[in-house]
Amino acid sequence: MLTITNVRKTFNKGTVNEKKALCGINLHLNPGDFVTVIGGNGAGKSTMLNMIAGVYPIDSGKIEIDGVNISREPEYKRAQYIGRVFQDPMRGTAAGMEIQENLALALRRGQSRGLSWGIKANEKDFYRESLTRLGLGLQTRMSSKVGLLSGGQRQALTLLMATLEKPKLLLLDEHTAALDPKTAKKVLELTDEIVKERELTTLMVTHNMKDAIQLGNRLIMMHEGRIIYDVAGEEKKSLHVDDLLKKFEEASGEEFANDRMMLAK
Amino acid sequence: MSGIFIALQGAVAQGILWGVMVLGVYITYRLLNIADLTVDGSFALGGCVCATLIINFNMNPALALVIAALAGMLAGAVTGFLHTVLEIPAILAGILTQISLWSVNLRIMSGKSNIPLLKLQTLISGVGDLFGLSQAQASIIVGVLIAVLMVMVLYWFFGTEIGSAIRATGYNEDMIRALGVNTGKMKLFGLMISNSLVSLSGALVCQHQKYADINMGRGAIVIGLAAIVIGEVLLGVAGSLFVGKLENFAFRLLAVVLGSAVYFLIRAIVLQLGLKTNDMNLFTAVFVALALSIPVLTAKWRAKQAYSETGEEDDT
Repeated sequence: MLTITNVRKTFNKGTVNEKKALCGINLHLNPGDFVTVIGGNGAGKSTMLNMIAGVYPIDSGKIEIDGVNISREPEYKRAQYIGRVFQDPMRGTAAGMEIQENLALALRRGQSRGLSWGIKANEKDFYRESLTRLGLGLQTRMSSKVGLLSGGQRQALTLLMATLEKPKLLLLDEHTAALDPKTAKKVLELTDEIVKERELTTLMVTHNMKDAIQLGNRLIMMHEGRIIYDVAGEEKKSLHVDDLLKKFEEASGEEFANDRMMLAK
Repeated sequence: MSGIFIALQGAVAQGILWGVMVLGVYITYRLLNIADLTVDGSFALGGCVCATLIINFNMNPALALVIAALAGMLAGAVTGFLHTVLEIPAILAGILTQISLWSVNLRIMSGKSNIPLLKLQTLISGVGDLFGLSQAQASIIVGVLIAVLMVMVLYWFFGTEIGSAIRATGYNEDMIRALGVNTGKMKLFGLMISNSLVSLSGALVCQHQKYADINMGRGAIVIGLAAIVIGEVLLGVAGSLFVGKLENFAFRLLAVVLGSAVYFLIRAIVLQLGLKTNDMNLFTAVFVALALSIPVLTAKWRAKQAYSETGEEDDT
């Protein structure tokens, strides 16, 4: 599925602000893997997701999806394989456009867009059905502007948009971090449901260790641009937050209490 | 009295012809969120190309309009290239194209800064002769027909897949790029469409006034913004008076064309009241600055009024 080989990235190379963001990342995801990613601030979690999505070019290494080398493809071309949900609920949707228009844009992810009508009448039933499954009542407001929705609703809509046309890989970059706890829980439940139902290969960055343990079949921990811990299957299921904290201290050789990572228990 | 009436009729005619330009400015300013300063140059470009084609090549005036529009499209492509490929900030990219168009336009007119069409037939004088109308009346008819046609084309285009992607680029670039759209290309398309409308308008105005002038586009962007502001206010007022919110895209486009006509009417009235033509640029700039700042200032004032140290008791 996704194979990352020795990917490196340094920001502001050769200046006083030089920051080694990724120091030789190797990662292989099997089809249907749901991997949660944890780590402190500046560990390289978001950078890794951005490199996969093509937001910045990588310095060296190789990123492949289903054997296709996408390392040097621009962001908009990689979109044909990848669905994304950002941390900021404002970033994933177009506020000034209708809910159904947003969905119509998402349905055409990665396809060439021509001069046929941007939203076809026969798509609307599909949108209504999909919105109904979100359980937020949005199916009755399909022609409302997205700007009228709450942050949680927008994030749920973005999640739906990212998966409307099945992506080979779903990237979730702390997509519940900007939401209040109750809404965050709801969006996470939705995430779990959608990922399971559609059997999506997923990478989810989170700050919440409990979520990282509960969701998915595999967990990786990052620190200073490296993957320092990778656990899957039964071993992952039996993990506790304290185990993760201990692992972090072991692997990083740092006192967790001094780190600003603030992994929420 | 009839003198004033004729003057106002001329103002409406001019306003509608300029309204085609306002459609172009609307695309960049409102849909793409770019203040495109190419406009001043591409408006004059349309006029210069049109006049030169009619004078030197004896071209059919209708065909000259089409070619003027294509020339504007090219100008928009230059700005788009500077902005999206070379990543020059949009405002600066527009200024660069605008300033270079001044030289280009003079080249087109073989070094002359003004080309009169005198007695030559134009689309507008042709329509006037055919139906026995005055030049202003003919301009209004031609202007309305072309403006409505353009609104229909734009309404269709911005409803298509590509058009939707262009609109989405204006709202949220990150989002639409993540959905697989090359946002640079969308901005390029938007700038090309916009400037082709601006040039078309310049060519129409040239045929209306029967000359092209190197300075005819000066301040066009500001006139465009003024017309958009007026049009949106009109739409809001019309919506609250009659039918509820007029959100439809076609209404919004028609409103800015109307806004342009109203702007030129206001201008004609102010001139009748004794303001000098030379003062018009200052007048327009002040008008646009006020129109853009009033919402900001009222919001600040409201926030100030709403503040109280203790806060209100909750009623519930």
